[in-house]
Amino acid sequence: MNSELIVFLVLSLVAIATALGMLFSKNAVYSALFLVLNFVTVAVFYLLLGAPFLAMSQITVYAGAIMVLFLFVIMLLGAENLKPSNALPWQKPLAILLSVILGVEATYLLLARARSSLSVTSPDAALNTMDSLRNMAETLFSQFLLPFEITSILLLVAMVGAVVLTRAEKGAAK
Amino acid sequence: MDWTMWVEWIVKGFVLCLILLTGFAYLTWYERRALARIQVRVGPNRAGYQGLLQPIADAVKLIFKEELTPGHVYKVVFILAPVLTVVPSLVLAAVVPLGTSFNLFGREITLYVADVNVGILYLTSIASIAVYGIVLAGWSSNNKYAMLGGIRSSAQMISYELTLGLSFVTAIILGNSMNMIDIVNEQRGLWFVVIQPVGALIFWIATLAEVNRAPFDMPEAEQELTAGYHAEYSGMKFALFFMAEYQKMIVISMILATLFFGGYLGPFVDQVPLLGPVYLFAKVIILLFGMIWVRATWPRIRYDRLMSFGWKILLPLSLAIAFITATGILLADVLNNQLFFWSIPVVSIIALLVAVAFIYRDLRRKSHGRI
Amino acid sequence: MSEWIYVALFIAVGLIIPIGAIAAGFILGPKKPNPIKEATYECGVEPVGEAWIQFKPQYYIFALVFLVFDVEAVFLFPWAVKLGQLGLYAVVEGIIFVSILIIGLVYTWRKGMLEWL
Repeated sequence: MNSELIVFLVLSLVAIATALGMLFSKNAVYSALFLVLNFVTVAVFYLLLGAPFLAMSQITVYAGAIMVLFLFVIMLLGAENLKPSNALPWQKPLAILLSVILGVEATYLLLARARSSLSVTSPDAALNTMDSLRNMAETLFSQFLLPFEITSILLLVAMVGAVVLTRAEKGAAK
Repeated sequence: MDWTMWVEWIVKGFVLCLILLTGFAYLTWYERRALARIQVRVGPNRAGYQGLLQPIADAVKLIFKEELTPGHVYKVVFILAPVLTVVPSLVLAAVVPLGTSFNLFGREITLYVADVNVGILYLTSIASIAVYGIVLAGWSSNNKYAMLGGIRSSAQMISYELTLGLSFVTAIILGNSMNMIDIVNEQRGLWFVVIQPVGALIFWIATLAEVNRAPFDMPEAEQELTAGYHAEYSGMKFALFFMAEYQKMIVISMILATLFFGGYLGPFVDQVPLLGPVYLFAKVIILLFGMIWVRATWPRIRYDRLMSFGWKILLPLSLAIAFITATGILLADVLNNQLFFWSIPVVSIIALLVAVAFIYRDLRRKSHGRI
Repeated sequence: MSEWIYVALFIAVGLIIPIGAIAAGFILGPKKPNPIKEATYECGVEPVGEAWIQFKPQYYIFALVFLVFDVEAVFLFPWAVKLGQLGLYAVVEGIIFVSILIIGLVYTWRKGMLEWL
């Protein structure tokens, strides 16, 4: 049993615990904080896989930007302790169905992987170079150029959508 | 990896933390003395020679103060918030090189904690985590002033973080690397501040806002918010917020010095590696004096103008600077003409002047609604 | 990978300092609480209600625009590293990417959403 495996097992437990904590917290802010912790654990998983760029982007974008947005909304609305009053009637059966599908899928993939001879080797220290980053950039800006540019349109749509929704709210308040 | 390695790195971590802590203590002294000079006062000069023991006296006082935890707060978050504010301010220093390396009893000791290829992205990720401490402090206090201060402060920090990130992009283009050590080595011939003075200036303004320093210390505006997010904090927990602010000042000056002012480079640094930290220290002292000077002379900016300035002036300007740098460097490279290279500072300064003209025009208007 | 172990060690050391400071303050400081001392500070008058109330929710637009431009900055990092090899082509790509986002910024600006009132 090597040290990397121990780190992985401990982190998995942390990830599962924080995910459960997020689900079962009564207070929305605590839920958000558990989710931040979960994102940070996922970032460490990326580090273990030898992908520092992805790990740091994960923290910057998910833990640093998306969760700040969530916290902002929760705090500005004063929605920390909202009662779950408006749950839709079909929500529960649908959730159960979807989680069963996810569970089956995950089990299948796990078994399929276990049977295949594909072994996951941890990348060596050579990845801590600028060249690995340059290779990634090369792929991103040549092979995946179109998805890259489409991302910006997606982000634009998000911005415009938020503005339109906020303006509608403003109009209703007047 | 043998156990001596572990000991070496833990000791190094502790030494760096202690340097930052001492730096924090004496930065308060330095600031009070410098402010006093500027305002024709004397400043603290009673405790010890020239008041040099003042920080220690302050620390002892704060430790023995009664720590109030107001009723009706979320206790766990209330205690967590100062910790979450201090830790990012310390760990930012992990990727900043203080020098190259030196020999100690036959061991090669490097003068940095970690040499990672995504150093700059590490800085942005830690800086983005730093928002949590402040927003949670404001929220958990159950105090309207603290809440408003926390929201204002976090909104300000995220607004200026964008400018910070884009200034990083400028430095990456110039250094052609995301590794801090590579960026320093790239400046052997010429400091980046010469090529991109506007980039350095924007970075500096954004850092002032990031660490909530005057003239951007809105979140703590005494007149409007009593003290902002730390209104309910006292004793050691208050000291931790204070510590975070000053440590961030130091670390961010170190980063600015590393990215634009040649970091640990200086005469004879290759022969005597231990000179590296000395040069960096001198540069940091000068940059810190700039921050204190601004605090002594500039009035605080109104909050809505501060946000307008960040979003409508600094963000477009920093984007323009990044693309001016990229285009200039590539044109010089492709056409093999140094003229394009030297057009970078010229065009950047023109862009800065345009931005200043916009601010000036708006300030002359009767209504200051939009910049 | 080993460099990240050093970073983790440094973070661990960095955690000890604030925790130690709070513990020292907790052990050494006096504790004489009373209800008036524990009351929320509101400039001397009796506090009215709690602070967890609704503020102006429109401010979330700042966090959202921040998110968009933060993603943009993260994308520009590898772009900036690779710039030298990719050449002018990459600059054009970058300009297209950023100008699409600038349209969004200008739209938000013109609709008056970037005002903190």
